[in-house]
Amino acid sequence: MRAEMSSTSPSTASATSIASGRSPLAHHFDDLEQQFEASTLGMWVFLITEVMFFGGLFASYALYRALYPEGFAVASRHLDYRLGALNTAVLICSSLTMALAVRSAQLGRSRALRLFLALTMALGLVFLGVKVIEYSHKIHEHLVPGPSFRFEGPQARAAQLFFSFYFAMTGLHALHMVVGIGVLAVLWILAWRGRFSPQYYTPVEVAGLYWHFVDVVWIYLFPLLYLISRT
Amino acid sequence: MAHSPIVPQRVYWLVFTTLLLLTLVTVDVAFYDLGWLNIYLALALATTKALLVVLYFMHLKYSARLIWGFVGAALFWFLLLVGLTGADIFTRDWVPEPPGWTSGENVP
Repeated sequence: MRAEMSSTSPSTASATSIASGRSPLAHHFDDLEQQFEASTLGMWVFLITEVMFFGGLFASYALYRALYPEGFAVASRHLDYRLGALNTAVLICSSLTMALAVRSAQLGRSRALRLFLALTMALGLVFLGVKVIEYSHKIHEHLVPGPSFRFEGPQARAAQLFFSFYFAMTGLHALHMVVGIGVLAVLWILAWRGRFSPQYYTPVEVAGLYWHFVDVVWIYLFPLLYLISRT
Repeated sequence: MAHSPIVPQRVYWLVFTTLLLLTLVTVDVAFYDLGWLNIYLALALATTKALLVVLYFMHLKYSARLIWGFVGAALFWFLLLVGLTGADIFTRDWVPEPPGWTSGENVP
């Protein structure tokens, strides 16, 4: 089936020259370009469902912040904005290495592709490491909502609400990072096996879209959770 | 334009540097008391950064109109979500409670 396709379409002829010998073109697409367009659009549609997924949390956070401004402000100051800023910088670096990974794939530079994928994964792990430090601080300070939550002053209830949002939003974001690192690990193995070429690098491009999206979510989480009401 | 074009490396580094600078500005500006402006400034800076990531790193600038349409739809529905929820909650006390209603203790 795949052999038939590659002999009829000129753009698949180049795709079969990939080291593995298998054509990456699925049989229901005319050519690799159409397949690329469909895959990219599919990833954008998924990311839009993610916008609504995180959007519900952002909307309710904004709402409760407006309803309990003092409580949220007091609780917010318990976060270490320096660690938040550091993690923002780490994620921006990882977005750069991801963009350069896609570029290497486009140019067919396999070694550079694997290097940039590894760097992106390493930066993702640094982000998660900082997050572990932050979470353990919060556990020690009894700021995890639930029976062990301790907060002095009249704003205790609103503060507990703030930390519920903090853990739900950053936890969901961290989960996305874990998934992203897993995806990149699979890509690294595929790149090592020589599955990508300038004609076919769709999985790298699509994983890049996902990675940058997770970066965008953090770009909003950082000021909203850590920085507002520092004055 | 099917495959994304190969963006010059210089563009990626420029976007990267701008993103880091904007992060510094975001942190710094948070410590000046600008009243109600603080939150809007923080959101404007975050939106600028998000736009840079989406346009350049995610190649939206070089993508088909179809993708622009999908991204616009996401923005529209998100603003609808925030806007209508806010419109409900923050206008509840505009109209006095009709006589005979029990006091809205559970309403925030």
